Amino acid sequence: MAELTMIEAINEAMRQEMERDSRIIVLGEDVGENGGVFRATDGLLEQFGEGRVFDTPLAESGIIGTSIGLAINGMRPIAEIQFLGFVYQAMDQLAAQAARIRFRSAGRFSCPIVVRSPYGGGVRTPELHSDALEALFAHSPGLKVVMPSNPYDAKGLLISAIRDEDPVLFLEPMKLYRAFRMEVPEEPYTIPLGQARVVKEGEDVTILTWGPTVPLVAKLADEMRTKGIDAEVIDLRCLQPLDIDAILASVEKTGRVMIVHEAVKTGGFGAEVAALISERALFALSAPIVRIAGYDTPYPVPSVEDDWLPNAERIVEGIETLLRY
Amino acid sequence: MFDPDKLPVEIVRILDENGNGDEEKLAAFSDEWLLRAYREMRRARVIDERLLRMQRQGRIGTYAPFSGQEAAQIGSALALRKDDWIFPSYREVAVCLMHGMPLEQFFHYVQGRLSGKRMPEGLNIFPTQIIIAAQTLHAVGCAWASKLKGESQVSVAYFGDGATSEGDFHEAMNFAAVYNVPVIFFCQNNQYAISVPYRKQTASRTIAQKALAYGMKGVLVDGNDVLAVYETMKQAVEAARRGEGPMLIEALTYRLGPHTTADDPTKYRRPEEVEAWRTKDPLYRLRVLLKRRGLWTEAQEEALVAQVNDEVTAAYEAAIASKSGSIVDVFDYVYSEAPTLLAEQKEEVMRRKQRSGVR
Ligand SMILES: Cc1ncc(C[n+]2csc(CCOP(=O)(O)OP(=O)(O)O)c2C)c(N)n1
Repeated sequence: MAELTMIEAINEAMRQEMERDSRIIVLGEDVGENGGVFRATDGLLEQFGEGRVFDTPLAESGIIGTSIGLAINGMRPIAEIQFLGFVYQAMDQLAAQAARIRFRSAGRFSCPIVVRSPYGGGVRTPELHSDALEALFAHSPGLKVVMPSNPYDAKGLLISAIRDEDPVLFLEPMKLYRAFRMEVPEEPYTIPLGQARVVKEGEDVTILTWGPTVPLVAKLADEMRTKGIDAEVIDLRCLQPLDIDAILASVEKTGRVMIVHEAVKTGGFGAEVAALISERALFALSAPIVRIAGYDTPYPVPSVEDDWLPNAERIVEGIETLLRY
Repeated sequence: MFDPDKLPVEIVRILDENGNGDEEKLAAFSDEWLLRAYREMRRARVIDERLLRMQRQGRIGTYAPFSGQEAAQIGSALALRKDDWIFPSYREVAVCLMHGMPLEQFFHYVQGRLSGKRMPEGLNIFPTQIIIAAQTLHAVGCAWASKLKGESQVSVAYFGDGATSEGDFHEAMNFAAVYNVPVIFFCQNNQYAISVPYRKQTASRTIAQKALAYGMKGVLVDGNDVLAVYETMKQAVEAARRGEGPMLIEALTYRLGPHTTADDPTKYRRPEEVEAWRTKDPLYRLRVLLKRRGLWTEAQEEALVAQVNDEVTAAYEAAIASKSGSIVDVFDYVYSEAPTLLAEQKEEVMRRKQRSGVR
């Protein structure tokens, strides 16, 4: 097995799937000759040629809107939105068009597209390059929302996303693209969409998280063990479909829940998870659910982003709050 | 039938690559004007090169250099009145400086400080736009307001060739023409949108011709000829002020450096192409003219470069010496009055700051 970074794993997943299925094409801004601004599509143009890898005009609505038509007519497009903050330009095509085609045609058409996009903070980007906008799409029925947090998951989940018959938004935490390497099987494999991963088992508190915050939470949970706190960490990996069973099983076990995400707190997906838990496991709880999230401001400037993001201090404090009950 | 291939393509040029031009047209420019244009372009080049180096040294964040585009930026900005409105993208640093933005302000911006986001009062420059083409609509709205209020300012939207693919650009052009507002669409066609070359961005031979479909005038100008850019822009501005409506200007130019400091242009651009454009350097052709007229010497050049370098150093030092701003401040810029939950978040952060004793 090779040790790959997340970006290499993503690249490998696309390459292997394109070898398997000639209907798969890649399109987006700078994905061709440049190989993507993060090199996610590096080498695909060389290997598959200009009939399968397209540098599109600079138009997000155009990229997703045409992907829809391509998909309806038998192709399997993988579209890249260069940074998730630019998805607003394509909001109609993604949320009101791609997501609804199956419903609108009463099952006559499906829209098997994958929209990949880097997102998430901690990398000192210009404005609108770091925003975590997953809640907008988890709130758009018809879309699947997948958010890997390591190279192994990224490859397996991306292959599943490509083979899926529904539109999948595949969100890639920029900070983790090259943060570490991990053993990734060379052969293609899938991880089912909608299955959470237990990162660390524990008895005292459940920490639910996804995407860029997963490695930090896992590290803190390990450190907590020396203080006698045994936290269970669950990486949701997919928000839609959501692994509610895994969440409830853990809540029933620990009775204490913390949710950590980078996106803005109000209306964030953490609120949805907390509501689900209160609907289904209220009496298993021994403390109010704690959410640690981005503050309710636009993503700020680099000089203050470390204080804005859910960081070690805030997460540890959250756990202490939970344990006081 | 309307055949796009039969459209005449004419380019406005006054000063050619070797610093020559029609003497009669050249005579319209005073020595003072030529010197001023050159000094401003040279200043911009020095600043750009310094900023690029400072980014490489880790002293500032991501930066989008504009070397090669000085004539387009300075020439167009020189044709504006101080109270005209500018809607820049991230690449119009020279335009903004020419229009009065203090260099120190820009250092705050590239250092990722909150203070870098706030243009000084009275300066009609909209904040740097990151979303490609979004500012074109803002410029149209601003110009529309000027018209409704009976004021004489024009608004200028600056953008690149890539921006002409976005829906916002097309909607902006359409609104502008329908409402006949005093806006100028100033496209710097620097041949690339990050790695994507012009021919993959659009199938029109020129961007200027796109104006026709919307019912406005379009002009193609040599964007490396500061005289031609100025002259073209001046005419567009005067027409807009007279109430003759919008205009699209395409300034044909070239980005000599990378798209931003995060970009590696050797992935998609051959060195021969870049070299070929270096011979069209906008500074060179004006310098040749100035020297021929005995207006400029090597000693003057060196003195100017040294002076601007000192200016940059001073602005940078002033910026880092000033207070950087803290996370506590971000809560104040979201609403005019903070909603309860936001106010609670601010208090939480203030408590944390007090406890840890930082900032
Ligand atoms: C809506 C949107 N999509 C994508 C980007 C990423 N991006 C930043 S600059 C750029 C290329 C812009 O090219 P052009 O409009 O020609 O301007 P130039 O950079 O050449 O001045 C791209 C794709 C963005 N900032 N906004």
